[in-house]
Amino acid sequence: MSERAMLGPVLSDIWDAEKPWTLATYTQHHGYEAWRHAIHQEPASLVDVVKNSGLRGRGGAGFPTGLKWSFLPPPDGGPRYLVVNADESEPGTCKDIPLMMANPHALVEGMAITSFAIGANHAFIYLRGEVVHVYRRLLAAVREAREAGLLGTNIMGTGYDLQITVHAGAGAYICGEETALLDSLEGRRGQPRLKPPFPAVAGLYARPTVVNNVESVASVPGIIRGGEDWFASMGTEKSKGHGFFSLSGHVARPGQYEAPLGITLRELLDLAGGIRDGHQLKFWTPGGSSTPIFTAEHLDVPLDFDSVAAAGSMLGTRALQIFDETVSVVRAVTRWLDFYSHESCGKCTPCREGTYWLREVLHRLEAGQGREGDVDLLLDIADNIEGRSFCALGDAAATPVKSGIKHFREEFEQGMHTPAWELFPYEANALFTELAGAAR
Amino acid sequence: MSSPTTHRGFDGYPPEVRERLDADAQEILARYPEPRSALMPLLHLVQSEDGYVSPAGIAFCAEVLGISRANVSAVATFYSQYKRRPNGDYTVGVCTNTLCAVMGGDAIFERLSQRLGIHHDETTEGGEITLERIECNAACDYAPVMMVNWEFFDNQTPESALAVVDAILEGRDVTPTRGADKVVTFKEMSRVLAGFEDGRADEGGAGGDATMAGLRLAREKGWTAPPIDGSRLGGDAPEAAVEQAGTEPVGDVGSSAEHEPTTAADTDAEKTEAIDQPAPAQEPSDDATAAPSGAGEAPEQASEEDES
Repeated sequence: MSERAMLGPVLSDIWDAEKPWTLATYTQHHGYEAWRHAIHQEPASLVDVVKNSGLRGRGGAGFPTGLKWSFLPPPDGGPRYLVVNADESEPGTCKDIPLMMANPHALVEGMAITSFAIGANHAFIYLRGEVVHVYRRLLAAVREAREAGLLGTNIMGTGYDLQITVHAGAGAYICGEETALLDSLEGRRGQPRLKPPFPAVAGLYARPTVVNNVESVASVPGIIRGGEDWFASMGTEKSKGHGFFSLSGHVARPGQYEAPLGITLRELLDLAGGIRDGHQLKFWTPGGSSTPIFTAEHLDVPLDFDSVAAAGSMLGTRALQIFDETVSVVRAVTRWLDFYSHESCGKCTPCREGTYWLREVLHRLEAGQGREGDVDLLLDIADNIEGRSFCALGDAAATPVKSGIKHFREEFEQGMHTPAWELFPYEANALFTELAGAAR
Repeated sequence: MSSPTTHRGFDGYPPEVRERLDADAQEILARYPEPRSALMPLLHLVQSEDGYVSPAGIAFCAEVLGISRANVSAVATFYSQYKRRPNGDYTVGVCTNTLCAVMGGDAIFERLSQRLGIHHDETTEGGEITLERIECNAACDYAPVMMVNWEFFDNQTPESALAVVDAILEGRDVTPTRGADKVVTFKEMSRVLAGFEDGRADEGGAGGDATMAGLRLAREKGWTAPPIDGSRLGGDAPEAAVEQAGTEPVGDVGSSAEHEPTTAADTDAEKTEAIDQPAPAQEPSDDATAAPSGAGEAPEQASEEDES
């Protein structure tokens, strides 16, 4: 090992073992050692370890996980809940689904420790409904853990009880927003709540609730087993630990790369074989479609929360969607707005109406039928959505529009006379040659 | 909208079907501290019986949960996986969100649409296939992606996608690139989504090439995460165990399986029961959660957001 280790598999370390999703294999790889230890600790000390490790939420916003746990009010005799957000739906984001497919027990063990730490006796996984095989694996993992006495009643003779319910959603991006998720889990339409109160105070059934992302919770057993210093030895000063970097799009070897936070896209591209043959990087998202796009000038930005923010975007979910020079920014942004407009829950007028109008204007620009002033109109609408809705979906919708225009305004201007598919023939984007035009 | 004459009406299910569904419903209800949470799995259960959210299914959910049919419909129509018309045996969904579209998803959708003679959200005449444009399905590293009954068909081309569709039309089994050994029918899949295991969890592998890309490289290069000191744990654990067993303040106080209506904190955010009653003709304000007191108010800026 002469060269510096660019990657550091932790959660993925078991993935190439025989049937890594089974309890037997997981146990052979130190599985549930952390839980067996943690259940004999003082819950508050577990919160402290996670707090001191510097783990920040892996679901996009990067809020310190241990701190979130510590926001729960003192026990009042009523129930408290842990809800895992497994509604992975942000365009570009594809880390939690493969994690749960290959290693669901890491999540289950993390849930046991987290639930114990926050004093919850019932925890939920809210999984998006569009991944049936992952659902099977989670149901099986929870059952195996229960049968082994790792969940259930009087766990390991300690008197602690924990039930885990794996819940399947039914197709709604908005349910990735934590309060919409809670409403959905209560059997309602998935619409965000006004905050405060935050879920820590009034969450599921209006009881104190922690909502955490899959990868955050799955990282907890490692932190307990390795210790806060072990975790903090990876990553950067303010973005500690490991995380999945999901490369997709026009790269030679797309996929999951588990690395310390702070790696750069240049380094990741190097590991992934570079941009596809004969092409160059044009634009990319650091953390899904809701994060402002970057260009080749951002290749060396360390992919940690603060560096990416300082460079004008957000680390988000480390969903690195890579687009080469054949791709029209107008086409990409238009399609993202189709998405946001479709997924807006309709509760807040600025988001519901604003995404509709952004979409309308973008479609005419894509078709080369834009009107004078359309680009400024887009910016104006985006400004009128941003910061004016309950949840972040509206802001997210404004993001690709604003950042797209910021970096590639001339392409939007060209939409006043030339269709995007003439400027950037769509056949050239695809991985296969498809002469039958796929325009529109 | 859907042609009610050809489908079961609100009269409900025949007694033997109802009995079976009631037993399933009891199992579902037992998973949640509050019954209303069972609505989504119950709707999946209804689809496993009828292939869509039928009028009989709506009535069934309403009766089981003691809520109005309008309440049930309001929820069912919010989520795209709940079908308002009988679904085909196989939902074939092509991702046409930006990345997959660009990588070839648009072209694939177009070709399938031509072959099948149907558009988005339409079903072939024989009821074999419902074609959909779908949103990002969290498999971007396998773009372009197609889902058949929500199993992964990765790295598709028009040819590979057509071959899958042709096999379905010919009544042959199809196998996902990542998932179970074969794709089960829409109804069978819906039963899994209602939370009933079908014994297929062990089928298939841990992940495809893209899933393993980073791990494989790390193995080749000998890269590892910093080692964990295995002796850290364990040492003092048994001692602590004896001392602390049974003393956690969390043990038995709040087991939410007890369904108790709990404390006053429950009442302020959960306003809905009052609104639940009138349940007029259509959907509207059923779930108007926490007072929408003016969208212009200072919005909460992401700080605690966990959107994924």
